[in-house]
Amino acid sequence: MRVKLNKGLNLRLAGAVTDLTPVEVKASKYAIIPDDFPGFLPKLDVKEGVEVKVGTAVMHDKINPDLCLVSPVSGRVAAIVRGERRKILRVEIESDGLQTKESFDLKMPLATLLARCGLLAMFRNRPYDIVPDPTLRPRDIFVTAIDSAPLAMPLAAMLDKDASKVLATAVKALKSLTDGLVYVGINDEWPFDFIKDAETITFDGPHPIGNVGIQIANVSPVNKGDNVWTLDVVTLYKIGKLLSSGEIDSSTLVAVTGPEVLAPYVASTIAGVEMKALLAGKLKDDGANKRIISGNVLTGSSVGIDGYLRSPYRHVSVIAEGDDVDEFMGWASLSLSKLSVNQAIPFRRLRKLFSPDARLNGGRRAMILSGEYDKVMPADILPEYLLKAIISKNIDDMEALGIYEVAPEDFALCEFVDASKLPIQQIVRDGLDYLRKELS
Amino acid sequence: MKPIRAFLDKVRPNFEPGGRMSALGSVYEGFESFLYTPRTTSAPTLATHIHDAIDSKRAMIIVVLALMPCFFFGMYNTGYQHWLAAGQSTFPFWSLMFYGLLAILPKVVVTYLVGLGIEFAVAQVKKEEIQEGFLVTGILIPMICPVETPLWMLAVATAFAVIFAKEVFGGTGYNIVNVALVARAFLFFAYPAQMSGDDVFVATGTMFGFGPEVADGFTCATPLGQVAASSGQPAELTGIGGHLITMWDAFIGLIPGSFGETSTLCCMIGAAILLMSGIGSWRIMLSVLVGALFMGWIANEFASPLYPASYLKPGEQLLYGGLAFAGVFMATDPVTACRTKLGKLIYGFLIGVIAVIIRTYNNGYPEGAMLAVLLMNVFASLIDWMVVRSNINRRRARLISKTQKV
Repeated sequence: MRVKLNKGLNLRLAGAVTDLTPVEVKASKYAIIPDDFPGFLPKLDVKEGVEVKVGTAVMHDKINPDLCLVSPVSGRVAAIVRGERRKILRVEIESDGLQTKESFDLKMPLATLLARCGLLAMFRNRPYDIVPDPTLRPRDIFVTAIDSAPLAMPLAAMLDKDASKVLATAVKALKSLTDGLVYVGINDEWPFDFIKDAETITFDGPHPIGNVGIQIANVSPVNKGDNVWTLDVVTLYKIGKLLSSGEIDSSTLVAVTGPEVLAPYVASTIAGVEMKALLAGKLKDDGANKRIISGNVLTGSSVGIDGYLRSPYRHVSVIAEGDDVDEFMGWASLSLSKLSVNQAIPFRRLRKLFSPDARLNGGRRAMILSGEYDKVMPADILPEYLLKAIISKNIDDMEALGIYEVAPEDFALCEFVDASKLPIQQIVRDGLDYLRKELS
Repeated sequence: MKPIRAFLDKVRPNFEPGGRMSALGSVYEGFESFLYTPRTTSAPTLATHIHDAIDSKRAMIIVVLALMPCFFFGMYNTGYQHWLAAGQSTFPFWSLMFYGLLAILPKVVVTYLVGLGIEFAVAQVKKEEIQEGFLVTGILIPMICPVETPLWMLAVATAFAVIFAKEVFGGTGYNIVNVALVARAFLFFAYPAQMSGDDVFVATGTMFGFGPEVADGFTCATPLGQVAASSGQPAELTGIGGHLITMWDAFIGLIPGSFGETSTLCCMIGAAILLMSGIGSWRIMLSVLVGALFMGWIANEFASPLYPASYLKPGEQLLYGGLAFAGVFMATDPVTACRTKLGKLIYGFLIGVIAVIIRTYNNGYPEGAMLAVLLMNVFASLIDWMVVRSNINRRRARLISKTQKV
C-alpha cells in the first residue's frame, strides 16, 4: 500500500549531517531519565554504589512491576538525583568500559521479556501516548521506519546490513502479541527488503509523515476503546537481536546536528551518554548562548551541556538560545534570515537554509488567525477545536474530536507555525493526562 | 538603536512591581515589546524549540498597511467632495489631501486615545501584556463613519464598542462581533439623525480655517441614499452639483460616502495586500463577492418599483456603499469570522446575500453591509459548529461500523 500526504512542512535548517560514517564516542557517565517515559511511575531497584550490567533493571513501574528501565552500560550506580518531593530525576551510572551483559531467559512470555529488558519502555500506547501496559493485548502494532523531523538522519542508517532477517524475526514475534496486524511504515529511501509477515506501507510526504500517529490516522485510525502499540524500527531491530542472543544492545548512533555545531557528525555511542562527551569542542565559539537539545528541534528536550542524551537516543540539535539578542522592531523586519511559512514574511523563499534561535518571536495571545494548524496536520483532526476542547477540559468534546488518536509530537508543527505562540504540545500532554486520570 | 535599549533598561525598575510607576507596568511592557522582539524563549521540554517568525503584531500591522490605500483615498475624496460642494472648479491635489488629513486626523487621534486608553487600563488590571488588536480597530472606526460625525460621538461609540464588544468577552481574540462595526452600529442606532441622511457624508465646514467655504443648507445624498429615496425606477444618480455619477466614479470612489469606504479600487488593492500576505482569507472575500452578485442578480431579475434598489445591476451593488470594504476588511476579521474552510465559504456567501437583501428590501436602511457582517458574526460559531459536527460524525460512524463488524 502507498499513502501520499500533502500537508505538513519540511523545515530547511542549517547543520545537517552529510557524512553518515560514525565516530566512536566514549564517556564515563550515562543516565536513565524516567521522565522520558510518560505514564511510567518509577520505583528504584538499585542503590548508589551498586554494580550493574547492561540490562540490569534500574527501576520498575509501580503498577506493572515487570515493566523496567534497564542500565545501558555495565559499571556502578554513581548517583540517584532527586528533585522536588523526592521525584527521581535521573539515575547516573559510571561505566566500567566492559559492557558485560545481563542475559535474559528467552522462554519467558514475550510481553514479559520485553517489559523486563527495558525494550517495552520504548513502545508507546495510543491512546494517551504512554508506555504500554504489558498485560494488554493491542489491536495492532505500528512500527515507523521514518524519522522525518528536521535534521534527523534516516532510521535505516541505524541498522546493520543484515537488518532484513533480524527485523523479520522481531515482526514474527510481535505478531503473537496482537490479534491484528504489525504495520511497518517506510518511505521510498528504505534500503532493505520488505519485512516478511508485516503489513508494509510506503508513505510519501513532508514531516510529520514519520510520526507513527499520523501513519495510524491515515491507515487504521484509533477508535475509542482501542489500544494500539507503536514503536520505531530501531527498537524493532533491537527486539530481533534480543530474540537471537538473549542480550540487549544499548549501543546507538546519534546525529549531532544544528546550526551551532561546527561540523555535524554521527556519533556511535551508548544510550544515555553525557552531552559533554558528544559536544566537547564541537560547538561554534561565537559567544552566543546556545540551546542544546536532545532530540530534534520540534519535540526534543533542552538539556544543557551538563545534561544527558535522552530517549529515543538518536539525535542532538544545537541552536542559538536567542535570549541575548536585541532585535529592533522585529515585527516589522524584512530580514532575510527569518524562518517562516507565512507569506507575511516576504523573501523567505530566497534563502536555502535557516538558523533560527529559540525565541518565541512574539507574545502569547488567544487564537487569532484561523486555519494555521490545518495546513500542517495531515490527518482527519481539527486541531483548533480539539485544542479548545482540551483547554476547556470538555471530555465529551475531546473524545468526539479524536483525542485518542493524537500525541503531543503530532502537534509540534502546529506549535511552530502558531502566530499566537501557544504551548500546544504541553496542552495536548496535559489533556491526555487529564483524560487518563478522569477515565481510570 | 543602542541608546533606546539603554534607556528602556534604565527606566525599567520604575515600572516593575514596587517601582514608582508600577501602575503603568503594562504600558511599559507594551512599548518595550513594540520596540524590541521579546527575548522570551521556548520552554525546555514538551515544546517546539523554534517558532515561526510571524506573530500577531505582524498580522495586525499588515491589515493596517492594507487599509492605507483606502485611507489616503478617503483623505483625497473628502477634500474633493468638499471642493465640489463649495462650487470650486479646480481641484488642487495637495490642498485636497491636506483638507482630508485635517478632517480625519482628530478622529483617528480620538479613537486611538479612547480605545488604547481602555486597553491599557484593562491590561494593567488583568496584569497582562497589552495586545495589539486595537491597532486595526482604531483606524477602522474613523474610516467607516461619515466624515461629519462629531468627535464626542466617536469617543462614546469607541468606548462602548471596546468595553462591551471586546473587553467583557475577555479581550483581543475572544470577541464575538467585530469591534469596529459595533462602534458604527452604536452610532447608527443611538444617533440616527446625525448618522444618516443627506448632510453627513460631505464635510461642509472649513477645517481649522482651511478650505473653501460652503453655502449654508448644503445637502447631498450618497448614491444608495438617492436610490432608496426615489420612487419607482431610480433616476440617474447625481453627485454634488448635479453631475452624473458614472460607474467609473463609483469604482474609483469619487462619490459621497463614509470616509474610507467609497473606493472599490482601493479596496481591491487592500484585498491584494491581504491575500498576498496570507492574512486575509480568499474564501471569505470570494464568497462575499459571489453572494452579493447572486443576490443582486435575483433582486434585479425581479425588480419592482416598490423596492427601488432592486433596479441596481448586480455589479453596481458592489460599487456603491460599503459592501466592497466590508467584504475585504470586515468579513475577513479572523476572530469574528468562521474558522473552518467550509464555514468560511458559507459565512461569506451569506454576508453578500444578506447585505443586498437589507439594501434592497428594507427602504429604511440604504446600506446593509455593516448589519450583514454583524449578523453573520453572531452566526459564525453556529456555522463552524455544524462543520465540526461533520468531523465528529465521521469519527462516530467509524466507531459504530467497527463495533458492528465485531
